[in-house]
Amino acid sequence: MIDSPVTPPVSSSSAAAGPASSGVGSRRFRGARNYLALIPFHAYLGLFLILPTLIVTVGAVTTAQGGFTLDNIRPMFTDEVFVDAFVKSIQLAVATAIAGAVFGGLLSWAVVRGDPNGLLRQLMVAASGVLAQFGGVMLAFAFLAAFGFNGLVTLFFKNTLHVNLLTDASWLYSLVGLAVVYTYFQIPLMLIVFLPSLDGLRQEWYDASASLGGGAWSFWRHVGGPILAPSFLGALLLLFTNAFSAYATAAALISQGSPIITLQIGAQLQSEVVLGQENVGKALALGMIVIVSLVMTAYALIQRRASRWVR
Amino acid sequence: MSWSQGSSGAAPSENALLQRPKGSGRARRRLRGQLTARIVILVLIFGYLMLPLFAMLEFSTRGDYGSRNLNSYAAIFSNANLVDGITTSLEIAALTVGGMLLLLVPTMVWTVVRVPRMRRVVEFLCLLPLAIPAIVIVVGIGPVYRWMGQHLGAAGGSPLTLTFIDIILVLPYSYRAIDSGIRSIDVSTLTDAARSLGASWPRTIFQVIVPNIRGGILSASVLAIALVLGEYTISSLLSFNTLQVVIYLLGKRDPFVSVAVAFAALVFAFILLYVISHFAPGAGQGTQRAPEEEPAR
Repeated sequence: MIDSPVTPPVSSSSAAAGPASSGVGSRRFRGARNYLALIPFHAYLGLFLILPTLIVTVGAVTTAQGGFTLDNIRPMFTDEVFVDAFVKSIQLAVATAIAGAVFGGLLSWAVVRGDPNGLLRQLMVAASGVLAQFGGVMLAFAFLAAFGFNGLVTLFFKNTLHVNLLTDASWLYSLVGLAVVYTYFQIPLMLIVFLPSLDGLRQEWYDASASLGGGAWSFWRHVGGPILAPSFLGALLLLFTNAFSAYATAAALISQGSPIITLQIGAQLQSEVVLGQENVGKALALGMIVIVSLVMTAYALIQRRASRWVR
Repeated sequence: MSWSQGSSGAAPSENALLQRPKGSGRARRRLRGQLTARIVILVLIFGYLMLPLFAMLEFSTRGDYGSRNLNSYAAIFSNANLVDGITTSLEIAALTVGGMLLLLVPTMVWTVVRVPRMRRVVEFLCLLPLAIPAIVIVVGIGPVYRWMGQHLGAAGGSPLTLTFIDIILVLPYSYRAIDSGIRSIDVSTLTDAARSLGASWPRTIFQVIVPNIRGGILSASVLAIALVLGEYTISSLLSFNTLQVVIYLLGKRDPFVSVAVAFAALVFAFILLYVISHFAPGAGQGTQRAPEEEPAR
């Protein structure tokens, strides 16, 4: 390694390799040429991620003719329909994030105390991946098959138990139904996000706590709880944005009206544009960006703190 | 290391020597309580997760007068719209995987080896789609797609153009998977070795680095496939008939068949993810082998 006489052949790709490609000092900054190779990546993201975001942002404060205006943003604060949609979206996201974090956290604990390479864990991780990230429309159908008017559970209560419980399936199509279905995909997401943090709790800490006479309660109160608190809070925020941004499940389940903000935006996209309101959809989208960015910034800050223990 | 290994077993017995009756009994009781709690939690929450899936299976196999049959599953392939949707989604998935790998792997390897200070920027950009809801991207990309539809002829209006957005949507997940692959090897040394032996950059990346991170690449690809097959928001709002859009539309006419397709798709995705959890290191548990260069973060 030291003073190696082997100089790499520069011929093969001299443009990319730069002047001093001895490799050993490759971590040093060596001219702008190295950055050129990153152009395709940045160009692609610029075109398909940054540009759409800019179109939304600029469109939110311009008229159809291109002049500056605040008329698109105003309805977000004055129009009862939009205010209501934002409020309901936030309520839904908060409720399902908390429910998902609590149940998902418990489930993660139950899984993590088992064999790390065991079947249970592998099955749970794979199933969680499917349910948390793949669901959308299909999960709405799953709940229709279970709790819909001809669903398994509905018919079971009606025909077998003869109990007048859950027999009116219309609850599924309301905000309550949405909350139940959302919680369904929040739990597995919590498992995916929280499992690595629980893995970070070392066996030695349990043992140290136990050998000092600590029981389960004092372990969680003084050791596990404080260590996991940032991860848990971070996961909670991630679950919030997940529910807040969700569209597919709600679109598949709710066919009348647009009670939440993502459905409102969808309706704006699909309906005929009212003159002078062409850009209201963009303003609503901007409102979503603002809320999600705030939450994700808090998430990033918390995550930095959480990673102290997790690694 | 050996101390920590032994301590888990040793601590209770040591405890028992000091205060025999009380300590060991309490520890054992605690373990038993823990096991009971785990079983209760698993049964309740796992049961909640499984119930709707079981209901799908039950619903989709209903026949006349309480009989069971698989007619709904057989009907999947005789429905032209469904076959179309499945084909379209599979094609988009294949294109997305290819595009994602081509975009991500060289960029990430290059960043690690040549411009480490850009690593945070690349990471930030890759995780950014998590902070921009899919529906917001649709709102913003609508004009771009309208332009493509008008100016690029048939290709511009094809559902396969969804690939462009899907690559963006899968970025956060694919980035993490490939990143955990890259972290588990010493990219700089491998690159230096390959380059000093005369390999060109493309050859270094595709013949030296890629085989060494195939676990990460595999899980990135599978996650991308699963996400594309499940994507609804963007295709429905841009009016492309992908699998999920067809399932949704079919649900209004023939719920039995559409529940059958949905169940089959979920099972398919589950098998995919389960298989990669065997092959890919750090597919779902990347933290366990996070190596030495952590201080950089």
